[in-house]
Parts: sequence; C-alpha cells; structure tokens
Amino acid sequence: MLRALLLVFSVVAIAHAELCKPDAQNAFKVRISIKTALGDNAYAWDANEEYLFKAMVAFAMRRYSSKSTTQISNVLLCNVTDRVSFWFVVTDSSKNVTTVPGSEVEAAIRMNRNRINNAFLLSDKTLQFLKITSTLSPPVEPSTPVWLIVFGVVLCLIVAGIIFLVVSGIQKHKKKNKEATERENLEEKVEVTLENGIPCEALDLKAGHINGVFAADDDRFTSL
Amino acid sequence: LSATPETPKEDGRPKWDNKFQYILSCIGFAVGLGNVWRFPYLCQIHGGGAFLIPYFIALLFEGIPLLHLELALGQCLRKGSIGAWNTISPYLGGVGVGSWMVSVLVSLYYNTVLTWVMWYFINSFQEPLPWSVCPLNENRTGFNEECHESTAVNYFWYRKTLNITPDIAESGTFQWWLILCLAACWAIVYLCTIRGIETTGKAIYVTAIFPYLVLTIFLIQGLTLPGATEGLIYLFTPNLNTLKNPRVWLDAATQIFFSLSLAFGGLIAFASYNPTKNDCEKDAVTVAIVNSMTSLYASIPVFSVLGFKATTAYWDCLDRNIINIINEFDLPEESIMRQNYTSWISFLNSSYPEKIAGLKLKSCDLQEFLDQSVSGTGLAFIVFTQAIILMPGSQAWAILFFIMLFSLGLSSMFGNIEGVFTPLLELQIIPKSAPKELLSGIICLISFLIALCFTLGSGSYWIDIFDRYAASVPLLVLAFFEVIGVVYIYKIKRFSEDVEWMTGRKLNLFWQITWRFISPLLLLIVFMAFVTLQMQKPPSYTAWNPKYEGFPIKEEKVYPPWVQAICVLLASLPCVCVPLVAFFHLVKQKRRSKDPSFVPPEVSSCQGANS
Repeated sequence: MLRALLLVFSVVAIAHAELCKPDAQNAFKVRISIKTALGDNAYAWDANEEYLFKAMVAFAMRRYSSKSTTQISNVLLCNVTDRVSFWFVVTDSSKNVTTVPGSEVEAAIRMNRNRINNAFLLSDKTLQFLKITSTLSPPVEPSTPVWLIVFGVVLCLIVAGIIFLVVSGIQKHKKKNKEATERENLEEKVEVTLENGIPCEALDLKAGHINGVFAADDDRFTSL
Repeated sequence: LSATPETPKEDGRPKWDNKFQYILSCIGFAVGLGNVWRFPYLCQIHGGGAFLIPYFIALLFEGIPLLHLELALGQCLRKGSIGAWNTISPYLGGVGVGSWMVSVLVSLYYNTVLTWVMWYFINSFQEPLPWSVCPLNENRTGFNEECHESTAVNYFWYRKTLNITPDIAESGTFQWWLILCLAACWAIVYLCTIRGIETTGKAIYVTAIFPYLVLTIFLIQGLTLPGATEGLIYLFTPNLNTLKNPRVWLDAATQIFFSLSLAFGGLIAFASYNPTKNDCEKDAVTVAIVNSMTSLYASIPVFSVLGFKATTAYWDCLDRNIINIINEFDLPEESIMRQNYTSWISFLNSSYPEKIAGLKLKSCDLQEFLDQSVSGTGLAFIVFTQAIILMPGSQAWAILFFIMLFSLGLSSMFGNIEGVFTPLLELQIIPKSAPKELLSGIICLISFLIALCFTLGSGSYWIDIFDRYAASVPLLVLAFFEVIGVVYIYKIKRFSEDVEWMTGRKLNLFWQITWRFISPLLLLIVFMAFVTLQMQKPPSYTAWNPKYEGFPIKEEKVYPPWVQAICVLLASLPCVCVPLVAFFHLVKQKRRSKDPSFVPPEVSSCQGANS
C-alpha cells in the first residue's frame, strides 16, 4: 500500500517537474523586487510567500473562469532564485497532467493584477510577469486645462492694471486742463502792470525771443 | 527788473524719480537672458576660468568705454537716438535711424521668447509637470512615438509648445496658445511702458531686483544638490591652452558687446532723462561691472544644476546597467551597487563574456554627460526643465525659474521699447496734445500684430534668424560709427569739455586713448572676424524632424535662397541707413547752398543747449 502511494507521489512529482520548468509551454516567469519597492520594510521571500502566491494565482483563475475547480495544488512553482524570480504553471485537474493554456492564465492575471499586487505590497514594476504587459492607466485630465485657468488669472490682472493706469492718466489730464484754464482766467483778471509803457510780460525772457535792447542792458543791473 | 532764475529742465522732459531708478534701468537693460544662458555656456566651452581673462580685457577696452560714450552722449544732448545723432551732425543721423531700426527688430522677436517663458510658467502649476511624462498613444498600449524616441522634455518643447515644422519653408499653422501668451506678454509690456519712464521706472524696481533674489535661492538650492561640485569644478577649471584659439577672444568681445546692449539707442534714451550735471563716468563703470558680476553670479547656480543633472543621468545609466545584469544573472537585489559596479563588471566579463556582450550595456561616463553643453533656449527649456523634474518640489522651482527668466527679459524689453518710443515721441509722430499712452499703445499693438508671424510652426527658426543676423552685425557697425562720429566729427576735444562740464572733473586719459584708438580698432577687428566666420560656411540651421533617420538628433539643413536673402536684408538694412541718410542730407545741403537766404543752423553742444 505504502509502496503504491510512494509510486503515485513520485509519478506526480516527475510529472510536475515535466510541467514546470523554464520556457515550458504555458509557463510564465515572475520577477519580484521587494527591496526596491519597500526598502527597509522589505520582507523575506520564503515558503509562506510562495504559498500566498499560489493562492493568489488560484484565486485569479477562479474569478476569471468562475468555476471553482482550481486548487492551490494546481499552481506549480519552480526554479526559485535569489533574485527573486521563478517560473509557474497552472495545471488542469480535470484533464490529466496538462497545463491550462497560457492565454487563459494571462487573461486571469491581467484581470486581477491589482489584487495580486496589493497582496504583496508591490506594483506592476516590482512584481513583473514577463510576457504579460500591463495596461497603462490613462492620465488624469481635468475638464479645463490648468494652464488656461492660470492664464485667465494673469490676463485679468494685466487688463485691470492697464485700465487703472489709462483712467488715472485721463483724470490727471483733465485735472491739468482744468487747472490751466483756471490759471488763465485768474491771469486775465489781474491788471496788466505797466512799466515804461510796456507790459511786464514782454520783459520776461522767452526762449529764443530775446529783445536785443534789453539783453544788451543786462550788465547794467547788479546780479541778485 | 528781476530776471527769474532759470530753472533748468523746464522743457517738460520727463525725468527719473531718483538716480537709483536710472541705474537700475540701465542694469536691467544690460542684464538679460544672455547673462544666464550664454555666458555660462561660453565659460564652459572656452576653458572655464581661463575665459575670464579675455572677457575682462574686452570689458575694460571695449565694453566700458562704449558704455560711457553712449551714456555721456544721451545725457549731454537730452534726446533719443535719432534726435541725438541729428544734433551731432545731420550726416550722422543714419546712425540714430539704424539704432532705432535694430531696436524695432529686436523688440519683435524678444517678446516672443518671453512668450515661451510665459507658456512654461503657466504650465508649471500642474502635478505632474507636463514635460515630465510622455503622453500615451492612441490605443493606450504605449507612449507617443515621437516622445518615446526623444525625451518627454524635448517632446513638450518641440511639439506641445512650438509645434515645430520640419523645415523653415513650411510655415505650418498659427499656434493659438502661443497667440494668447503673446497677447498677454505685449499687454504686460504696454502696462509697464504706458507712460514711458514714469511707469517703467516703477516697474524696474521689481523686474530688476527680483532675478537676483531668485538666483540666490537657486544658488543655495543648487549647492545642496548632489553632483553640484562636479559641475562647478568642470565649469571653473581653467584651461589656459584655449586662449591660443582666436575664436575665444572673438567670443569674449562679442559677448561683452551684446551683453551690455550697446548701440540699441536704449541707453541713450535712458541717459537723456537725466539731469545734465550727473556723473556719467561712474554710472558707466557701475553698470558694466554689475553686468559682468551678474553673469558670473548666475553661472554658479546654472552649473550646479547642470552638474546635478549630469550626475543623475550618470547614476541612471549605471542603475539601468545594474538592473540588466541582475536580471540576466538572477543575482539577489542590491548585490551590485554603484560603488562596486566596476569590479563586478570586470569579474563578470572575465567569467561570462558572451552573456555580458549580449546585454549590450551602455558605457556610463560622467565626463560625457558633463560635456553635453547647451546654450540659449535649449538650456532653459530642455536641460533646465529636465533638472527641475528631478528636484523635490518641482512646481515651486519651475515657477520661480520662469518668473526669473520673465523678469530678466522684461527689464531688457523696457530698454528696447524705450529705444523705439523716445525717438518717435521726439519726432512727434502723433500730435503733442495726444496722450503718450496712445503712442505706446500703437507701438505695442503694431508689434503684436507683426510678431504673430513668430507663432507659426516655423516661428522659432525665424527667431533664430533674427537673433543671428538682425541683432549682431548691424550693432557692431553702428557702434563703430558711433565712436568715429563722436571722436572725429563732433571732435573729441569738444566732447571731453562736455563730459568735464557734466561730471565736474577732467576727462581721464584712459577714456581719451580708448575712444580715439583702441575701441574703434577693436570694433573693426571684431566686425571683420565675425563676418569672416559667418561667411566661411553657408548659413545652415538644425531642424527637428521626426521622420529623419538620425532622430532625435536634429537635422542639418541649409537655408533656401529666399531665406538667405532675408538674412542679408536684416543684417544690412540698419547699416545701410548710415550712408543713405548722409547721402540724402548731402543732396539736401547742395540744394540749400544754392539758396542765398539760407542760414546754416547752429551746431549746439551740451552746455549751449542748457544755458
């Protein structure tokens, strides 16, 4: 009896070894970079983690095909290195000693990639399934581009500044005109003072209009 | 009879609020984008610290004398460039017209560079920065191909900002986002120059001082970055052998000349608003020295950041190689670190040479990364933006950096616009009763409409052309005629009397020698060398062509003949003004001399105009 059991086990073991080896049909290589992802909080990769991995793959297969026949024992791991990297296959218990087609496994993993990553606290980059590409998440696009909003703010400030300066310029201009007309009115009221029969204003030196008679007489007056 | 004491400057000419405003405006005009993105590059490629020797010699014999000449001229004659040169001699009026033309051409394209800066500024308010990630392609399986082959920063600059065409002959379409930013930039320029120096004098306090603040912040930040010391050592290590190359001396002379913004007419305009009794000699020396010190000061943070970028690129290269090796040999993580990389590589190469060869590892050399030198827009919009992504808190650094660039460019724009505005105001293009705001508005509006050409797909190629041809050779020619005109036509004796009257002390022998002989000679040599170098090869440009085999390397192309004709036109139009106006005046003089009632106008000088 014991010998029969031993025989069965050895057959199964050999069969498993046949099914799971590097570059086998329907086998996938997994590469894990725990230290890169977690740094000081890195955990060690041991048999328990391997058990969790088998469980996650079995879970993914169950969710994908929604038939609850895949067991943890169906997932075979081999060639575990220090990297950490290893190969795995999923066997089909209904059919004898065959592996589930790679496309099914790939689809199942893709569907549940997020759950698998989170179980190990890793990401797409640090828990790599070589040959299974991940879909890139779309960039977050706000409804109005941010730059347009900033531009609007800047432009409003500029326009406000221009309006303020133009209006203050117009006001200053008006005030200056009003003052000039007031001054003119004031001067008209003042009597024209005369000296030697000539109005005082004519005596003021105007640029370019120097009265030669008076200019020559300048040295008669002592300077102030 | 009492003669009212003649209050000087009752001619209604605007004046500076205080001396500091004037000095700051001159400094702001001189200190521009070139101080940040051209000087450090020249230092790097011309032997580091050794470049300072020709630079300071050029400053002493070319920069400071020409600057003093312009400031003294403007202050003495109290007119803009066209009016001033007409006063010196009507035959030299062409120098003023040429300066005015150069100011117009430069204002057009310079503000477009500021448009790019503004575009990057308003895009810096997002997380993540838009130039840090490649956009996805249509079916979301990977990244956009053009972006993937080059880099995300390159893609954002050439595609998202410029939307550049592969050839200058292809104009492409108007880029509406650039048009918006261009409108905003011209609105800012209008806001600041609306009433001439009344408003620029207030704005300059911010735009001239703010860059120094930001440079200091970047200096402190830059020095704390890893790899900063490598960058600085690389920049400043003197290599005296480069001084044997005449190209280095030429670059030093042209850098000083263009950096001080001479022959634009803007400095003459600024100085014309001064009181005549002002020490222009001290002003000139101050402005020139501050300009050069700023160049040096700016090169320190720039090179710290470049050293940081090179070191990060080097580490990335190493890390990629390490990951490849670890994956290939299934070694545990962190078994190969950057420090023991070389020993591991030699060990593995001896034991498994075929496997190592199969990996196709890139050779990582820090010197090679440091050697990638860039100047101009490439430095600001490609290299620096890439370095900013790597810093923590990138948005803040990006915002600070682009505001600083904008202030630097804006204060230079004030000088350019003043060089256009003041002569037009004096020529009384608009009636005197009309407000000044109208003239500045018209100038800004017309410039905006013309500058729309630069927002086309091929716009940046055209800006390169304007930069290389309109803002280089004509300035050298005009400056040469300026010195010759003042020294030999106005006569140095009269000018030195004027300067003596203004500064209150006798003109130093140094100025006599430099103005009479050294500066004109230097200008002539620089001009000859410059033109010879340009003529040596047919004018070409590098185009960004995604369909090119060597992409992402830019494709070398030659300008088509019609573009070359435009280049020649741009370079010669301001220069041709000088003989044209002289000839025109000669003809007018000949006609007038036949008229017996004609009295020749008095030639005025400094003191005559103000007594």
